[in-house]
Amino acid sequence: MTFTKALAIVCALFGLAAGPIFAQSGPLRIQITEGVIEPLPIAVPEFIAETGAARALAQQITDVVLADLTGSGLFREIPAKAHLSRVTSFDAPVQYPDWRAINAQGLVVGAVSLSGGQLRVKFRLYDVFSGQPMGDGLQFSGTKDSWRRMAHKVADAAYARITGEGGYFDSRVVFVAESGPKNQRVKRLALMDYDGANLRYLTDGSALVLAPRFSPTGDSVLYTSYETGFPRIYLMDTQSDRRRALQDQPGTMAFAPRFAPDGRTVVFSLERGGNTDIYTVDTGSGALKRLTNAPSIETAPSYSPDGSQIVFESDRSGGQQLYIMSAAGGDAKRISFGEGRYGTPVWSPRGDMIAFTKQNRGRFHIGVMRVDGSEERLLTAAFLDEGPSWSPNGRVIMFTRETSGSAGASALWSVDVTGRNLRPLGLAGAASDPAWSPLLP
Amino acid sequence: MHLITKAALVFAALSLAACNNPDKFGAGSGAGMGGGGMGAGNGIGTAALGDPSDPTSPAYFQQNIGDRVFFAVDQSTLSSDARAMLALQADWLGRNPSYGVVIEGHADEQGTREYNLALGARRANAAVEYLISQGVAAGRMRTVSYGKERPVEICSDEACYSRNRRAVTVITTGGNV
Repeated sequence: MTFTKALAIVCALFGLAAGPIFAQSGPLRIQITEGVIEPLPIAVPEFIAETGAARALAQQITDVVLADLTGSGLFREIPAKAHLSRVTSFDAPVQYPDWRAINAQGLVVGAVSLSGGQLRVKFRLYDVFSGQPMGDGLQFSGTKDSWRRMAHKVADAAYARITGEGGYFDSRVVFVAESGPKNQRVKRLALMDYDGANLRYLTDGSALVLAPRFSPTGDSVLYTSYETGFPRIYLMDTQSDRRRALQDQPGTMAFAPRFAPDGRTVVFSLERGGNTDIYTVDTGSGALKRLTNAPSIETAPSYSPDGSQIVFESDRSGGQQLYIMSAAGGDAKRISFGEGRYGTPVWSPRGDMIAFTKQNRGRFHIGVMRVDGSEERLLTAAFLDEGPSWSPNGRVIMFTRETSGSAGASALWSVDVTGRNLRPLGLAGAASDPAWSPLLP
Repeated sequence: MHLITKAALVFAALSLAACNNPDKFGAGSGAGMGGGGMGAGNGIGTAALGDPSDPTSPAYFQQNIGDRVFFAVDQSTLSSDARAMLALQADWLGRNPSYGVVIEGHADEQGTREYNLALGARRANAAVEYLISQGVAAGRMRTVSYGKERPVEICSDEACYSRNRRAVTVITTGGNV
């Protein structure tokens, strides 16, 4: 399965004012703030193979770098056939006039060498119009089979230098792979690179699994499984695939787990006697702590990045709405006040925004609002969109979109936080409940 | 044909259908197909259905008493029809004390996954509370919610949704669950 580059890029249905701006004068820079402008034209000539054995990989790495950058919606590729200059050596002086002539604003030059199974990827980024390099050259090295990660790291570095923000390409997504008819769905936990490559199943489909979530370090995954017949939370190490049940109170259901930033505490929903409240459990000691105590439904908790607060959904006011409380529990403040119902809130990794699912007038939306509930913006509209997950840099949101009817199926989609660049991931099979990892080390 | 045989054939057909469904992601094996079906999953002792002409059999309960009640949109209150059905179920359970019960709560697809799990739990609990009020011992019953994960009807209209918003009484072996 590969990341499909040629996906239709559909603009958001809502007229959002936000979008990238490209400074045309001064140093090369994309400020991802206001105003929708054309993607920045870049040239990424095929990386130079410095050893014969690296030739095929050089091509593949170039393709992945390009797919990352153009897939972000912030860059447009100037195809190789339009290039006037040929880059033959990593250290050769850049022929700036040739790149200016084809209106390439950024130029990525790379080189790949392979010896003894060890892969080395070097790159430099140039600001064509000011005629100088942007930052120092960088070199990544690793084993041959980590070539995709090295390509993602090149793209992350270029993205970060041009936007001034962290990248998100060297990351993974854990999700639920789906097969079978709608009334007999088989769901398996699966892990892949953010672009769909290197897919690997974590469970075999014999038990219903739901809503996996990464640990803050990205090396383990929380999820809900029905393998005992009742929903229960499991913690799986994604290196060893070893897993254990987190906690089990007989006669209860446990679901909607999410890690605290400390990587030790897990917040989740526990149902007892028909009533669902929010609890935490210490993954080390197993100590359970109750955070809400109300006859209403309290679920879908998510920590603020500093760990001090929790956003969650509750129908205590009659319908589903979003609330924020201290991580220790206690009084909660309602933050959603618009028309319709709000659920599945997720705190952005930057701390400034909450992504959510909204249901209104028979449609579903993925939206974002500030932490105080202001500046609500809906990014999508569809029969059924739900379950947003933030990219590590807080710029992109991945979510589940399910089509209607008896042949209805789920797929993973992503959208920029500005509402631009709405697109399906293009996976070969049906999928739901994506959760984005942190940026890999 | 006996129901058991029929059930086995249906299951075999489903399994074949699952086998014909290719592993679209092209990674790993297609292990585990056919599992995780509707109703009680692993770890719950589901009784053999038995002969529906035998009034003490789970099959009789399912076919002649009725195993499910339905709910309004986003509601877990029992309608008068639902209460009448649960009263019949309680009566049968009173006459057949060796069985346990798992009450499954379900929701239609209009709603987010976590909320629907909690909503299904409310529905299952509403049925349990009523069964208790009709004399069924609490210790014979357990609840589980599937949220929107196990629809019986697959269209995206109210005709299907109204049948998916349900609590299903599944008869299990053993008086205690």
